This record gives sequence, C-alpha cells and structure tokens, in this order.
Amino acid sequence: MKKEDRKLTAAELPAGGLLEAGTAENFKTGPWRSQRPVWNKDKCISCLTCWIYCPDAAIKIAPDEKKTTVVIGIDYDHCKGCGICARECPPKIAAITMEEEKK
Amino acid sequence: MVKTMFSKGKIVAKTGNEIMAEAMRQIAPDVVAAYPITPATEIVQIFSQFVADGKVPTEFVAVESEHSAMSATISASVAGARAMTGTSSQGFALMWEMLYIAAGLRLPIVMAEVNRALSAPINIHGDQSDTMGARDAGWIQIYSENSQEAYDNMIQAVRIAEAAKLPAMVTTDGFIISHCMEVAEVYPDADVKEFVGEYKPERALLDYKRPFTLGAIDLQDYYFEHRYQLAQAMRDSKKIILDVADEFKKKFGREYGFYEKYEMDDAEIAIVAIGSAAGTTKSVIDNLRTKGIKAGLIKIRVYRPFPAEEIAKDLANVKAVAILDRADSCSASFAPVYLDVVSALYANCGDKAPKAENYIYGLGGREIALNHIEEVFMKLDAIAKGTKKASTQVEYINVRIK
Repeated sequence: MKKEDRKLTAAELPAGGLLEAGTAENFKTGPWRSQRPVWNKDKCISCLTCWIYCPDAAIKIAPDEKKTTVVIGIDYDHCKGCGICARECPPKIAAITMEEEKK
Repeated sequence: MVKTMFSKGKIVAKTGNEIMAEAMRQIAPDVVAAYPITPATEIVQIFSQFVADGKVPTEFVAVESEHSAMSATISASVAGARAMTGTSSQGFALMWEMLYIAAGLRLPIVMAEVNRALSAPINIHGDQSDTMGARDAGWIQIYSENSQEAYDNMIQAVRIAEAAKLPAMVTTDGFIISHCMEVAEVYPDADVKEFVGEYKPERALLDYKRPFTLGAIDLQDYYFEHRYQLAQAMRDSKKIILDVADEFKKKFGREYGFYEKYEMDDAEIAIVAIGSAAGTTKSVIDNLRTKGIKAGLIKIRVYRPFPAEEIAKDLANVKAVAILDRADSCSASFAPVYLDVVSALYANCGDKAPKAENYIYGLGGREIALNHIEEVFMKLDAIAKGTKKASTQVEYINVRIK
C-alpha cells in the first residue's frame, strides 16, 4: 500500500506527535451535519457576522471586483450544521436558513 | 570516583548544589524556570544570582510552583530554547504530569534534581524515592556519587538529551552531596561552551514560517506508535550516552560509562548501588580485600536507559550479589533497582545467574555506615560459600522493626 493511503509506522511518523499545520483541512466534518445552512446570495449584505461567528471557518469569503470582502458561500466539507450563522444573520436580512440535511 | 586521566581545569571546593549551579552557568541555557525547594533551593538561588549579576544571559522565570516550572520549561523548549530547571522531592512530585508531557513531546530538557524523601511524614533528607517513582516517565536518569560527577553529568546530559530528543535528569543525594563541600575540578567556561555547542532544534514553534502542532489528541490509531517511538528513543540513547562519554573523556580527561565497576575483575561477591552509598561501599571493599574477601561494586550511573545486558554480563561470574535500594516500592515485592537487575540476570544468565538479595536502606536520610555494608558483604560471602541461603524477600538495613 502507498504511504499516502495507509497509517504511518513508528519509524515513519515525526517524533513527539508533531503535526504539520493545516491538517484540519483534510479532515472532512461535513457528514456530521443533521441540518444544513442554506445561503441566499441575493439577500446577503456581506456584513460578515456569520463569518465572525462560525466556529469552524466554514463561511467562504473572497474579494469582489471592488476588492471588498464578500461572502461567497458555505464550505459544506467542514460545516457541521450548528446553525450559529443562521441565528446570527441580522433578522431583517435573514440570508441563511437551516434545512433538514438530505439523506 | 571515576578514573581521571588528565586535568586541565581549576580545582575548587564546592557543594553539590554550588557545582550544579556552576555547570548551569557554563551551559548558559536560553531559559530556566524554577521554584525553590529544599535541598535543591541553592541550585536555582545561585543560578538566579548569576542571572541578576549578568554572568549568564539566560531568561530566568520565577514561577509560582513546580508544576508551572516544568510547564514553562516545556513551553520554552517547544519554542526552540535550550531549557533547564531544578527541583527535589515534593516539587518533583508536583511536576508529575508535566514530566510525562516533556518526554512524550520529546523535548531535550535537562533538570538538576536533588534526591529527597517524599512526604508523609515530612522529611527533607536524602533518599531516592522521588526520582525512582519517575523511572518509567520517559526521562533519562543519571545519578551522581559526588560533586564532581554531578558537574560532569550535567554537562554531558545537555548533549545526550539533545541528541536523543529525550529529557534528562541529573541527580545527587540530598544533603549528602547537595550540601557537602568537596574538592572538584571545574573546566574553563570556553571549553564547556564548546562541548555543549549551540542548540539547533529541528523544529521550533517560534519558526513561524514552518508552523506545526504539538501535543494534539492521539487516539487508538496513533498513540501506540508514538509511545513505541519514545521507548525506542530510550533504547537508542544508550549509544548516544557512550558516544558523549567518549567525547567527554577526550576533552576533559574523565571516563564515564553506564556504571562504574569497582574491583569487579575477580569479584566473587558484589553490591549494586546508586549514588553516595557507593563511596561507603568502596571503603568497605578496600578493607575486605585486605582480608582476602573478593568483594566488588557496580555503581549505576545511568539508570534510565537501564543497561540490562551489560550489567548482567558483568555480574554473571559473581556467586552472590546484593542490590541496594534507597527507595521502597511498597509493593510487598522488591524495590526498583533489584527488579531491573534481577530481570536482566534472569533474561541473560538464566539458571546460571548469581544468587541475589535486595536491601532497602537510608530512607529519609537514615545513615548507612561501613558496618552496615560490611554485614551485607558477610552475608553474601556466606551465601557464596553455601553456608547461608539468600533471602527470598526484601531485607532492610538499619531500621527498627521489632
């Protein structure tokens, strides 16, 4: 079996449980969801409140053509469906709603 | 005393604590975090004075407990610093969970440890109960017979720990060595600096361009491999210890190994001991030798890693051996050093192993005198001659039992 496809041995692992930074990227927590946030692009004002409150950095942001940071979607590979973004989205805007996760 | 081949240092009169502080000044670690405790107080007290006087550029962290001392030392080490601390007894006990973390994270921390009894009842005097309890913590353990060895061991421990990626403790017997003034040789600052060299960690948290995580959760799928690595590092450290000793001998003229053999070449009976009691034993051996009794001593210097095969080989030809422990395991069985030595003998010599007895002595600083050691040798002599049988249980020296 290739090294990438199996768990490393004691001889291969870095000593002391050292882990290179950023490994959480490879750990997909999306399937843990029972509810999924649905983002409405047309309602969203990109106040970034959801981005600040998301405990898992699952709100995707990027600069638009005016180089202003805007919300561009939700990272469903890592979103665990906690619903904090939907709760914190300003009530007058209500750009994120929670739905039952599809089987 | 170990064999001295040449001498180029300065002969000074220093206590064990003074000379350990002197070694730390010469090593000049980046960070020392410590909390005072009898009988190790002077080590960090003198060292902090060196820092205050500008004699060493170390960052000294005065913490509020030994748990914090070890935590701060660990943090400094992870950041990439050469980090040291010093403690004893209860302070050492308070470090407990952090000791295992230092070893598990594979940090080359060096600790000056003064062996003292553990409470209760409270007692400030020398026995080895404190560090014997941590014998399986993943720390290299080097014990010293006198001030000179404490000094030499500290200097070597830095190199050993950094090469093995294991923390190391150097110990002295509380008061007997820590507070007893002896003549010892200290080497020029530049020579020690050159010997210990600059610490260049492979990875350091302050190297923000190569970020990493240390100490993350490690479950059923990886923990075992990491613990195997730690055990293997301890096995591999044996060669490192001998290599560093060899280099030390060439530079400073004093020879060290895992243990010191005294009159072992033709010995028929032997004592295995650790620490200051070795000096007393040597004196008894000199006397017995004049009477034609072939007595010898193995004084263990490096207890972790334990030199099992080597000791078994050197004890294979004696007829009877007594293993002296300055700590009780309270296990209803035997004490730590005996368990290691006898396991080594059983594994390597089988039914040809010498008869072995276990004696516990000197708890709470209780005196171990020439006559006590001589009585042990007389019993061994009788066992060797077949007139007495070896005890099958732990025996005690100089304690009022009934």
